[in-house]
Amino acid sequence: MTTLTVKVADVEQVTDVVKHFTLVPADGGALPPFSGGSHIVVSLNINGRIHRNAYSLMGSTARVDSYHISVRKQENSRGGSVYMHEEVKPDSILEVSYPTNLFAINKMARRHVLVAGGIGITPFMSQISDLNRLGYDYELHYSYRSSEHAAFREQLEKMCGDKVFFHVDSAGSQLDLKDLLSHQLLGSHVYICGPEPMVKALYLLAEELGWPENHVHSEQFSSPPMGDEFKVKLVESNIELVVSGDMSMLEAIEGAGVDAAFLCRGGACGRCELEVVECDGQLQHNDHYLSDAEKLAGNKIMPCVSRARCSQLSLKL
Amino acid sequence: MNMKFKQETFRDDYTFGNSLESIRRFPFPFDQDEYMYSVNIEPHTKGEPGSYIEFAIDIDEHYVAECEEKKIVLNDDPQRYIALPHMVDAQWDMVELVMEALSTDYPDQFQLTKDGDNWHWINKPLGVDQAFIFGDESSLSMDPFEYIGRQVQGDWVVLDQRDGNLFADMGIVTAQADWSAAFDAGMSFQEWHSPVPHANEMGIFDRALKFLLTMQYGSPIRRLNWTMTVNPRLDTSPENYPHWGPDNVSVTPENIGKKVHLRVELQALFRLPRSNAIAISIRCYLISLDELVVYPRWAKRLHRVLKNLHPDLIEYKGLTNYHQMMIDYLAPMDDGAEIGAGTQRE
Repeated sequence: MTTLTVKVADVEQVTDVVKHFTLVPADGGALPPFSGGSHIVVSLNINGRIHRNAYSLMGSTARVDSYHISVRKQENSRGGSVYMHEEVKPDSILEVSYPTNLFAINKMARRHVLVAGGIGITPFMSQISDLNRLGYDYELHYSYRSSEHAAFREQLEKMCGDKVFFHVDSAGSQLDLKDLLSHQLLGSHVYICGPEPMVKALYLLAEELGWPENHVHSEQFSSPPMGDEFKVKLVESNIELVVSGDMSMLEAIEGAGVDAAFLCRGGACGRCELEVVECDGQLQHNDHYLSDAEKLAGNKIMPCVSRARCSQLSLKL
Repeated sequence: MNMKFKQETFRDDYTFGNSLESIRRFPFPFDQDEYMYSVNIEPHTKGEPGSYIEFAIDIDEHYVAECEEKKIVLNDDPQRYIALPHMVDAQWDMVELVMEALSTDYPDQFQLTKDGDNWHWINKPLGVDQAFIFGDESSLSMDPFEYIGRQVQGDWVVLDQRDGNLFADMGIVTAQADWSAAFDAGMSFQEWHSPVPHANEMGIFDRALKFLLTMQYGSPIRRLNWTMTVNPRLDTSPENYPHWGPDNVSVTPENIGKKVHLRVELQALFRLPRSNAIAISIRCYLISLDELVVYPRWAKRLHRVLKNLHPDLIEYKGLTNYHQMMIDYLAPMDDGAEIGAGTQRE
């Protein structure tokens, strides 16, 4: 994976739980251009262990003298977001991946309906920059709990004008997804990024209303959840290793010195997929990549976020 | 770099030929005695100095003549350049990719200076000196992609990524091995590969597609593909089949060494940053059998590959008429000795 070394130029407290980081090239050179909806993976060395978290790029796609990411502090996580909030300061040096886009707009769409929940607004910030520049038809619905959680509201008003609609739960103006999806032009595409229940609800409604499957897009990165310890056998490398409760399977494989493929590390891209040879317990799929049928079949697993409740899992690697 | 560009033709009198240096750096594709399809993708990283993979985009002694040939084909048939309207960002991504690569790797021949969006491009071999505004189509005399596509060797197809698939929505294709950009425009990855025998049931395209969808900017990849062509003709397009198809029956045991060419495509794939599209460069290298057998190891290898070739591939690659003749030409050069794996010359 090609990486960049960046320096934190600025840290801004956006809401009580969201911080915005401005990243510039550490050597003063240029940053690679990117497309709206792209993310980068930030590597963090926390107590000697490398954590890698994916964050959407928010800034303008036309100007790449800096990258912009926002991080919501997740208290019940393994520490990546807490570390970003508490340890990463102006002048901190970070290693980040080149941008990758798993949430690109479909340029053949007649209309783009963007739906953001909370911190899920971030990928839309760069998408809007592209939509505006290309003159595409769109509307953005931004839903959040209460006015103190309305990150980037002013910026969005400036960028989107009358194309943005704010939905505030505490003010009783919740977003009615069914109403939204019921009144769209044929050829519209809908994009959602937000809490999992919201994403699931939108998919169910879209299906019920007869939206074509490939007109509904979402982006969700999971952090590797914690769980029970289990053993993994890599049958091709002939290596056995232990995945501790606070470690992902991919991290344990890397820790054993085995070169495994990966990209987003959030269960979204599918690059790290491994073939399951045998499992004497149950697979715990936490990714957004495999279909329900594939998860049920149980012969593939995404080691970046998924685990097993078993004593031994054998993988083809 | 001391580069001399040859004056030569790829049609009519066919004056194309390779210098010894060009033979030495030929991308010989056969690393084993038997050939079957594989995904054979590797990172497109810098190779040895002087090799065809020293740089991201290879410029060689045929550069000027190939650009001239491209111009002839485009003038005769403007449809060899196709760009769907939603590919506008990809057009400029291509301008950047080619200009940056050539000016960085061949600074004596190509120069690029930038002042914000005001770019200045100098292409000495073709005598181009152009100031333009990056992102402003009115500052160039033609589409940005066609403009730069005419100044680089090889065909380029640019794939839009959507619906978990890749669509051939832009291309400049003048040197193709019997496929048509106009015919394939708008097709998905599986659709335009569907004529390839056996590869589909081997699951090759599903795996390749899955890999490409997560390919990253800054990490290009490459593979080699091959076929054979009678006469050093770049434009073996279906549109022009009447002009080159009959050449297949002109091969005789006397002329085969000069007439039959191994045609190798270096396919390099680049993720484009602004459009999130994927550019495929299909760079064609031609070498006559007489030139190729300068290296006895290559002669032995080719002899064995052709002898072992699956009948469906002989048919698909259009070799039926002269397949046995090639084997007969090469057989005296093959003593049957074990030559091991690898594509090396000696």
